[in-house]
Amino acid sequence: MQWSAVALVCALAVPAAFAGEAVPPDPLDSVQWPAMVHKFFRDQRVVFDDAVQVIVPPAAEDSMNVPVSARVHGLPDVQEIIAFIDFNPIPGVLSLRPLQALPYIGFRVRVQQSTPIRVAARTADGVWHVGGAWVDAAGGGCTLPSAVASRVRDEDIGKVAARRWPLADGGQRLKLRIAHPNDTGLISGTPAFFVEELHVRDAGGRELASLALHEPIAESPLLTLEFPVAGALAISGRDNSATLIEARVE
Amino acid sequence: MRARCVRTWLAAALALLSSLAIADDFDYGLQPRQVAADTWVVFGKPENFSRSNGGDIANTAFIVTGAGVVVIDTGPSKRYGQQLRAAIGRITTEPVVAVYLTHHHPDHALGNQSFKDVPIRALAGTIDGLREQGADFNSNLYRMTGDWMRGTEPLLPQEAVTAGEVTIGRHTLQLLALKGHTAADLAILDRSTGTLFSGIVFNGRTPATPNATISDWLSSLQQLQALQPARIVPAVGPVGDTAMLAHDADYLRWLDGSLRQAAAQGVDMAEALRLPIPARFDDFALLREEYQRSVAHLYPAIERASLGVAE
Ligand SMILES: [Zn+2]
Repeated sequence: MQWSAVALVCALAVPAAFAGEAVPPDPLDSVQWPAMVHKFFRDQRVVFDDAVQVIVPPAAEDSMNVPVSARVHGLPDVQEIIAFIDFNPIPGVLSLRPLQALPYIGFRVRVQQSTPIRVAARTADGVWHVGGAWVDAAGGGCTLPSAVASRVRDEDIGKVAARRWPLADGGQRLKLRIAHPNDTGLISGTPAFFVEELHVRDAGGRELASLALHEPIAESPLLTLEFPVAGALAISGRDNSATLIEARVE
Repeated sequence: MRARCVRTWLAAALALLSSLAIADDFDYGLQPRQVAADTWVVFGKPENFSRSNGGDIANTAFIVTGAGVVVIDTGPSKRYGQQLRAAIGRITTEPVVAVYLTHHHPDHALGNQSFKDVPIRALAGTIDGLREQGADFNSNLYRMTGDWMRGTEPLLPQEAVTAGEVTIGRHTLQLLALKGHTAADLAILDRSTGTLFSGIVFNGRTPATPNATISDWLSSLQQLQALQPARIVPAVGPVGDTAMLAHDADYLRWLDGSLRQAAAQGVDMAEALRLPIPARFDDFALLREEYQRSVAHLYPAIERASLGVAE
């Protein structure tokens, strides 16, 4: 580790710059950051912003199921929230369009090695606000778990389990789990097979949120979303081989 | 913030220096301490696996029976096993005649190779666990402790034991087949000294849950309590009395209860990492760290149940 890296992490600098003129220095000091800027932001404006609060464990005890939650505090008019993992072979995790949803999401990912996990929120002015944290690959303790995949039975693929909880201010939280192997396609002989698209609508059919999911999402993904208004919800979506996903959450 | 970072950096630099300093000879510095008649414990550090501790994070023990030495657990590596035998040789001229494993975790069972000339005994479930997970444990320990592990590979116990009594020399050992910390946890009560050896008891270090079933663990702790041992040699930490059983049970009940309550309230798994931990557990080393591991081990199933998913 270098002194400069320590100083950067300490300062929690909030530099702003156009990617076109200069890639903003990365408070997480990841060598992959310029590549991430190129892949996800191109010439859009990027700022590191504490308004995007990301919770991850310090170490990936189960690297196949690392929990992440992110909340955007106080930024107006969030149009899109994306998540990505610098050191994954496929970095992109998801993209949420919180049409009528709160700027919040919880999800589970697979990580390949020690890496930053980042969440970025795009506001209506086109600026990406980035938050994130490092996750160490090394677990520990009395022992370490073996990554035994619990295979999803064919007849269960696409089944949704979901539940709503009221929020203190009248809104609601939705947790949903979709039974699905969510194969990344990175293991030879197993083609990519994962939940690709999800939509949440209210009882009247109005779309509240739309999600695009990518390969690093954990097996049988569990997602948490929040909405400002209570009431029954409908979930629809499909995987990349066109299996339809449908559920109502009363 | 800045001061904290500098301190962290200094701690990291010191840790690196100390690991370099001891990395040359790979000497665990094992010092057996006598805790009862004929009974010795080699204390592990209440830490996580690291290059500075070489994986020496669990207690091992031995009993000099008059008819040979009984060893309880073999440590994290071949080197540890060798050094344990050398340490035993400094205490007694009696040969090692039997090894018992409390459970299959790597800090307790990866020194087996250094005892391959004597019968290594364990519960059948421990042998199964080592067969299934031993190779993963082994490569993880290489990754986390480095060259301390040189030459180490899992060696399966040859003899499956069941609950019962065995007399060796002056000592009658009661074997108890428990579960909860893992699927098979062997506890040994030495009736001759009242000393209980158990891998499910943690003293001064947060209980670790990678293979845990909390309800089984709690009933096993109750069974140990009923034995009324004079002293307990825990998986890690100092020898103590039955108060540590109640404290471990208190923590495990709190852990299970608060994760279930969180799931019932819709708390997301990442958010559960930050639940407050009562101050009465502050005496446990690695408290927040081990708690967060427990969230990874336990929360997914609890959360699935909260969504009505049948296992
Ligand atoms: Zn253990």
